[in-house]
Amino acid sequence: MTHTSLVKIEGVNDKNDTSFYLGKRVAYCYRAANQKKGKSRVIWGKVTASHGNNGVVRTKFKRNLPPRAMGDRIRVMLYPSRV
Amino acid sequence: FQAVRKMPKVDARQRFYPADHEPAREKGPKPAPAKLRASITPGTVLILLSGRFRGKRVVFLQQLPSGLLLVTGPFAVNGVPLRRVNQTNVIATSKKLDVSRVRVPAEAATDAFYREPAKDKKQRLKAANRGEGVFFATDDISADKPDVPESRKAAQKAVDEAILAGVDDITKAYLRARFSLRSGQYPHEMKF
Repeated sequence: MTHTSLVKIEGVNDKNDTSFYLGKRVAYCYRAANQKKGKSRVIWGKVTASHGNNGVVRTKFKRNLPPRAMGDRIRVMLYPSRV
Repeated sequence: FQAVRKMPKVDARQRFYPADHEPAREKGPKPAPAKLRASITPGTVLILLSGRFRGKRVVFLQQLPSGLLLVTGPFAVNGVPLRRVNQTNVIATSKKLDVSRVRVPAEAATDAFYREPAKDKKQRLKAANRGEGVFFATDDISADKPDVPESRKAAQKAVDEAILAGVDDITKAYLRARFSLRSGQYPHEMKF
């Protein structure tokens, strides 16, 4: 069972706004020196819940994020879509 | 001791002793195909969110028996062929085209029509897994791409002609354009 990471989504500053993103898949992309199907690697996760009142969101990744990911960019996908 | 497997309690005077301790499990009922979202009706323009055609705007035709959505570019407009797509990988826009005149050929309205034969899939995955930095002969690439069967081309033509019949140039340009998010644009603020 992995730990929860907190993610601040750009433009989302309110708890109500986070509802769109719940369940959306999330990816931490990074480069590595050794090639494995290409130079970049991904750790996939999903948005699990909102966190607090200011639009921060809880996410769980398939594997825990490395500490250097703190403050780093995470990609939030538009799928699974409920629109 | 917990380590010992529990034997089922068997009445010594039973006429029948089952050979296996656990009954053979029956296969449960097949789940119903996914319920179509209210925002998705025939003729709705959908935005594809993932896969090869991500960002493309396509026209929804019908839901297939498996629950997947049958969409088309139309092919001449944006290069998306008759294709199956999952509802969850799609945003439904409020733009709707008139597809009442469109008749999808019966064989093209089945899932088997779109299923990739196992041999082709194996070849395709092999090519995809090669990744960067590996040298391969050009002959290999051509072997990986199977030809599009005539039935597919015919179905595509039939459907697309019917869709594009009443479509003006602005709508065609709209379908040709890819959806993307720019700086300052947030999907949670958008009305699709």
